[in-house]
Amino acid sequence: MALLKGDVQNEVRERFKKLTGSVRLVNFTQKIECHHCEETRRLTEEIASLSPKINSQVYNFALDKERSQQYKIDKIPAIVVEAEKDYGIRFFGIPGGYEFNSFISAIYDVSRKATDLSPESKDKISKIDKPIHIQVFVTLTCPYCPAAVQMAHKLALESEYITSDMIESAEFPHLVNRYGVMGVPKVVINEEFGFEGALPETSFVDEIVKAYKSTTEAKDEG
Amino acid sequence: MELDFILSKEEKKRAGKTELIYDLVIIGGGPAGMTAAVYAARKRLKTLLISRDLGGQVLLTSEVENYMGYQYIEGRQLVNKFREQVRHFPIDQEIGEEVQKLSKEEEIFSILTRGGKKFRGKTVIIASGKKSRFLNVSGEKRLIGRGVSYCSICDGPFFEGKEVAVIGGGNSAFEAALDLVKISPKIYLIDIASAWRADPLLVEQIEKEKKVTSFPRHKVKEIKGDDRVGSITIEALDGGQIKSLFVQGVFIEIGLVPNSEFAASLVKLNQVGEIIVDCSNRTNVPGLFAAGDVSSVPEKQIIIAAGEGAKATLTAYQYLLRSR
Repeated sequence: MALLKGDVQNEVRERFKKLTGSVRLVNFTQKIECHHCEETRRLTEEIASLSPKINSQVYNFALDKERSQQYKIDKIPAIVVEAEKDYGIRFFGIPGGYEFNSFISAIYDVSRKATDLSPESKDKISKIDKPIHIQVFVTLTCPYCPAAVQMAHKLALESEYITSDMIESAEFPHLVNRYGVMGVPKVVINEEFGFEGALPETSFVDEIVKAYKSTTEAKDEG
Repeated sequence: MELDFILSKEEKKRAGKTELIYDLVIIGGGPAGMTAAVYAARKRLKTLLISRDLGGQVLLTSEVENYMGYQYIEGRQLVNKFREQVRHFPIDQEIGEEVQKLSKEEEIFSILTRGGKKFRGKTVIIASGKKSRFLNVSGEKRLIGRGVSYCSICDGPFFEGKEVAVIGGGNSAFEAALDLVKISPKIYLIDIASAWRADPLLVEQIEKEKKVTSFPRHKVKEIKGDDRVGSITIEALDGGQIKSLFVQGVFIEIGLVPNSEFAASLVKLNQVGEIIVDCSNRTNVPGLFAAGDVSSVPEKQIIIAAGEGAKATLTAYQYLLRSR
């Protein structure tokens, strides 16, 4: 039986009519010892079946080591949303619940190779020239979370240097512990910076720029 | 051949922003703000919509069963339909921005955003809605995301096996407590009033739960903890007895407050901070209108907010015609 209900399929199909360029969903999975691996693979394939512009590729995390390394996948289930190039957009854990919206939105933006970020935001992040890694912790029952995930993924699409992960908290308790996540969305930038809550675009971008500046200064001093 | 110099839409926006005076600036992008925008576009008003998001509280609503035309629709789907409708019209938008200050000099309103942008308008509709209410006690803001939460469905899963407190006495507090019963060994329910405001059905369910200990007529004095919540201090309103409860999570569900601070020095507010409007959405300031949950209109509903937004634009339009 399909994971996506008929009416959801129809709605997504409708939305996908506006896709312009082709999109590739790269899923990393394995058969055992992974809570939502199977559902994530099925979701990847079902979504790909809803538009001729989307194709999917499934790799075995353990067996296809080369691919896992190429895409820097260190945990599963994982989905990479890419086009001719890898923009650094990742979903770790299943993008279900409210996060389904983030998944659709990432596909839409990657296909069109464009985001609706303001000219000011684009301006600010165009100055970033060192790697910035954004991790957005979510739960699937969090209505505030997609805004943060979508913002991070848009920044990754706009900048060569920014990569962005959605992390589903229930799937990765060790990361929840490591970063002390007790509320979502929680955004972690380059391991050491971050903030709690969904910020509007301007403030979100400012936090990224702040983290970028602190990283560069720290490096310059060292 | 004629030589063409084409300025991109983005460049135009950049260049024109500070000089331009809009006919109407709408602050807030919930049902009231979006409806106001559609009506403004149809009246051909030069319009700007400023909002931190498009959708407002509807984005946080799982299901809607009382918006006409849809027997059942998810909040997000309804927002998408609103957005589609707004997208059809050529109005300027500043989404992702929050207004920091609204002022009026001579006959023109000035709007300053947190991002430092300035806009000017002949009329303004405030439709900025409501947000979660803070307790305003020591430790609260410092420990947000470190045990203090305003969204139990979002953050509940992080408190499995941990003792927690829920603050509030209405439906949302009771629903939070019932959700937490499934994962938490001990729940304290604390409310300042003596009678619960939650629906009797919810109250009955909670009263049956052995894991829940209630403290009506108690107020929270302090939330304590270094890098995460360790305990809270509560005080009985009768007799002033003080108690410490050792909890790792505090879920604050004490309702909503209007987003009206940025206009508080300009416009008249009622006791709960709502912008006072008459039945045509006029405030006490000529040219300034308010609509939806931020206003004093009775009943906060999606369909009411949408109607109020339409009404506010039509009143603003009349005002503009007369002041010409």
